Formats: sequence, C-alpha cells, structure tokens
Amino acid sequence: MSLQLLTWIVVGLSFLLYIAIAIWSRAHNTGDFYIAGKSVSPLANGMATAADWMSAASFISMAGLIAFLGYDGSVYLMGWTGGYVLLALLLAPYLRKFGKFTVPEFIAERYYSKAARIVAVICLIFISFTYVAGQMRGVGIVFSRFLELEIEWGLVLGMLVVFIYAVLGGMKGVTYTQVAQYCVLIFAYTVPAIFIAIQLTGNPIPQLAFGSEVDGSGMALLDKLNEIVTSLGFSEYTSGSKSRIDVFCITMALMAGTAGLPHVIVRFFTVPKVRDARISAGYALLFIAVLYTTAPAVGSMARYNLINTIQTGEVGAIDGNLAHDERPRWFNTWETTGLLKFEDKNGDGRVQYYNDTNPEFASQADQYGWRGNELTVDRDIMVLANPEIARLPDWVIALVAAGGIAAALSTAAGLLLVISAAISHDLIKGIFVPSISDRNELRAGRIAAAFAILVAGYLGFDPPGWVAQVVAFAFGLAAASLFPAILMGIFFKRINREGAIAGMLTGLLFTYGYIEYFKGLFLKWSGAPWGTNTAEHWILGISPEGIGVVGMCLNFLVAFAVSGITKPPPEHIQHMVERIRVPRH
Amino acid sequence: MNENKRMAYWRANLRLVALCLSVWFVCSYGFGILFVEELNTIRIGGFQLGFWFAQQGSIYVFVLLIFFYAWRMNRIDRDHDVHED
Repeated sequence: MSLQLLTWIVVGLSFLLYIAIAIWSRAHNTGDFYIAGKSVSPLANGMATAADWMSAASFISMAGLIAFLGYDGSVYLMGWTGGYVLLALLLAPYLRKFGKFTVPEFIAERYYSKAARIVAVICLIFISFTYVAGQMRGVGIVFSRFLELEIEWGLVLGMLVVFIYAVLGGMKGVTYTQVAQYCVLIFAYTVPAIFIAIQLTGNPIPQLAFGSEVDGSGMALLDKLNEIVTSLGFSEYTSGSKSRIDVFCITMALMAGTAGLPHVIVRFFTVPKVRDARISAGYALLFIAVLYTTAPAVGSMARYNLINTIQTGEVGAIDGNLAHDERPRWFNTWETTGLLKFEDKNGDGRVQYYNDTNPEFASQADQYGWRGNELTVDRDIMVLANPEIARLPDWVIALVAAGGIAAALSTAAGLLLVISAAISHDLIKGIFVPSISDRNELRAGRIAAAFAILVAGYLGFDPPGWVAQVVAFAFGLAAASLFPAILMGIFFKRINREGAIAGMLTGLLFTYGYIEYFKGLFLKWSGAPWGTNTAEHWILGISPEGIGVVGMCLNFLVAFAVSGITKPPPEHIQHMVERIRVPRH
Repeated sequence: MNENKRMAYWRANLRLVALCLSVWFVCSYGFGILFVEELNTIRIGGFQLGFWFAQQGSIYVFVLLIFFYAWRMNRIDRDHDVHED
C-alpha cells in the first residue's frame, strides 16, 4: 500500500471518530453548548484541556524551535507549563465557584461594568483569532505535505470537520472529541521519539535518552552535540545567547499569558465541583508534560541527526560534507516543499551547514573554502520529517500526519467556541438583547461559531504577514490585561471598577504600543516598523516577546492606585468575592 | 459562616499558595534561569543540572506541585468545614 493511501486511511478514520463522538454528545441547551453542562469528569477534562492547549505550534513547531535555540528554547518549555501552576492555584477553582459561562462575564460581574466586559471581549477575540489562524495554517501544511492536496483544499476539509463537531456538539461535543484527539496526538508524538531514542542511544525513554551516551562514542548526547555545533561556529547547545533578563521576562510573560488565555480558563468551568477544578488542572499538566518533556529530547536528537546527515566526515575536510547527489530521500521530498533549501554557494556539489553570521568563525570557514551557509531548514519540518530521517515504517509517518491534524483541530475548536460564546453570550445576551430566549441564544451561538470558522479559514488561507508576530502579542496581551484583572478580582476585594478598567487599558495599550513600535502589527505591518528590534534599543533589555510582564506590572500598579483614590466596590460585590473564595458556605 | 472562621480558612489557603509558589519560582526561575550557570557545573548523568532543570526538572516539579496543592487544599477545606458534600 502506498504511503499516501495509508495516510488517507489513518486521517480519514480519525475524522470519522471525531464526527461520531460529536453526534453522540451533541448540545441541547446553552449550558451544554458553553460549558458541557458542568458534567465533565476531572480526568476527561484534564485530557481535553491538554488537547485544547497543545496546538499545531506545540506539536509541529516546538521541538524544531528548541533544536535550533538550544537552552534558549527553555522559555517555551517552562513558560507554557508553569502557567498551569498559576491557573490551578490562583484562578481555576475560584472561577469554577463563580459558576457562570464565560471569562468576560466574570469580569463584568466582579467589576459591575459593561465597559469592562467589552474590554475583556475585545482582548478575548483578538487573542483567539490570532491563535486560530495559526491552527488552520497547520492543518493546511500537513495536508499539503502528506496528502499532496492543495493547501486550500486541506483547509476546506479541516474547516468542514470542525464545523460539524463544534457547531453541532458545542462544548460538550468538543470536550469528548478533544479526549480522542489527545490520545491520537500523544501516541503520534511519542512513538517516533521512542524509536529515535533507541536508534541513537539504546535507551527507549526519550526523557532519559537525551541525557545518555550516544551509541559507540562514549560521550553523552548533549556533550557530543555541544562539540559538533561549536565546531560549526554555533553557540553551545546547552547555553543560550539571550540575555538573562530577557529569558526571565519571556518565561514570565508566557506563564501569565497561559493562565490568562480564555479558551484554557473556560475548560475549568465544565467540571462539577471546585475540588474537581483543582485536580483537573493537575491532570491537564500531567498530560501536557508527556509531550513537553519529550519535545526537548526530540529537539536535541533531531539537531544531532540533521548535522550528522550533512557533516558526514571531519569538519573542514574536502569530503567531510554530504554530496548533494547522494542526499537521502527525505531530503529530496522536503526540498520539493520549499521548507528545506540548498544553494551551492561554493560550487563543490556538497552541502555546508554552519553559522555564517559568527564573525569569529569566518576566517576558519574561509580556510575550509566555504562561501556561506548553504542549507536553510524551516524549523517546522523537524518533527514532521523525524520519522523519515529515522527510517521508520510508513504507518508511523501516517500517524504523525493524523497527530498534527488532531493537535491543530482540537485547539481550533476550543478557540472557536470561546469566540462564539463571547459573541452570543457576552455581546448579544449580556449587552444588546438581554431578553433573548435560551433557544435563540443557542442558535446565535451556533451561527457565531460557523461565522468564526469562515474567518479562521480565511486567515489560514491568506495569513496576513504578521501572524507570526501577533502570537507573541496574544500572550503579552493575555498577561497584561486578562490575567491581572481576574487575579485582582479574586484576591483583592478593594479593587473597584475604575481601577480594573484603568489597569486593563494601561496594560493593553503599553504592551500593544511596545510591540507595534518594534515589530509593527497593524499600522505598519506592510512596511518596516519604527524601532530597530535589537537588544540595545529595548527598555531594560526586554524584547517585545517578554514585554507583557512590564505591562502586567503596570496594570497592577495603576489598578491599585486608581482603586485607592476612588470609592470601594459596593457591598454586594464584596460579598460575591467572599463567596467565590469558599467552596461551600 | 462567621467572619473569623472565613478569615482563618482564607489565611490557611494563602499560606499554602505562598509555599507552592515559592517552590514554583525557585525551581524554574531560580534553578533554570538565574542560577543556571552555577548549577551547570554539577552533572547528573549526561545532563548539566541547570539545563536539566530548565528543560525537564521544572516541568516535573510543576506537575507535582499542582497535585500537592489539590491534596492539601482538600484537607484544608475539610478542616474548616467548607468542603463540598
């Protein structure tokens, strides 16, 4: 059977499974549609949260990102897991006790203000659409590479499947499909990792393999990797090149941002009890950790395999590099996608891969007769090409395709639901038509979800040049606006409407302004941004990726200052805060 | 539930949160970022310790912390008689 047919069968079966689950668990009322009737078991919710959270970026891009960043890649590993500790300890149980449908709804009631609700809805919609565009793109890439379908048709197919189960099933349908999707994606991620770990070190557990000896060399993998990359002019794999303050701030911004992401928070509204919300966050992180502790192992092994393929002999020897004519099959297939590029700059027919931006290595490279780095590797292919590089059987490759699609679809569905709830529940019912009936609200929610899918599909089909930039913004924004507003709403009774709104707006505008200035988002996205995006121009040496932390601190400061000079929240709001702090009273 | 009992419950909660967040901070920001170079002089197996905390250890600690918090918090709930049925 051909690889392509096999991939179609595996992906097709997974789609059938998702749709069957959706039909079995479709939503009957708004409670089912928004929060699955508060009836999801903590374990199932943990699994669904893990699938919801792990996106195409986690599955496809992260290990590749770490492979090229080395130690600096730790910001993503710690940032995207540590946020769950904040979520479990500071937000989830209390929001569950509050017991309503959406995040803006909490902000509206706690700060007794429609204006606060609208600010929260704007943040939510911006964050979620940014995210969803990346997911749809991920679906398109997997389809085009593995099924040789045009990206557009891949997108349409993906949109159709999400449409069926998100619109029909609502949160209830999405929850149980996400459970299935978690199983598919984690299996697809760990199987190739285990095979590669065995091939390279003889140890089948990737988390341990990456601290083991490389077979036959007597050296630990990471030491060997350090030796090879430095001999090619790169910085050591285990020590980074970002400044310490920047690593600190990016990690913090990603953590606070994770805890403030509406599509993650809302998952904890679906469990029956406060107690369940706490333990469910633990299960969620446990399931996430399976992938997140495997990813750095995959990253280092993939970098090692890649360099070994290209640097076949001694560095600098005439025949030390791979001859392009003798390249392996996967090299060729990825070249045709344009994600792997070779340009024979010195005309010797061999591939040289080294760091040509390192001035200290330039004279060395010159002696070798190298005329610049000849290989450009898109970081997204590291995970997808892994099974081929390791010469794994075809069914593993088909599985990885299904896993990538599961990761993208599960996240997309979760995002589309919070967007639709924000429109039907927060805007339509909360602000414009408070008298709307439950049936009509459910209908509005479904229409909003369908509409959001179309917008997401469009964004994936024709991504604005700035999608990559705005991902940093999504986290910075969540960290600087929603996270502090919710946190203060629970832990500080004295914070009032004026303080919260002033704080959110300060955090939002400061973070937005800083990123706009250095990276260009809306105002100048077609041209160059105003500022030069290098460390010496940043405030305190903090990059736009990490600036959400400063925005968050400003939010806290302004909220406390303004609340201090205006009158305290009304009595019934203070009672509400006391109520959400206690599981039962 | 009277004011005093509620305050006692809330203080117990805050103490537990503070303890957990200290561990959270030390294992990630401390071991993985601020003191990573010092810890990298120590080796366990093929890992430098600081690097290991940044890419593995901190994540294991996070998972354990949440389960620990959930377990302790359930006990605090029962001790203060605010647990759900």
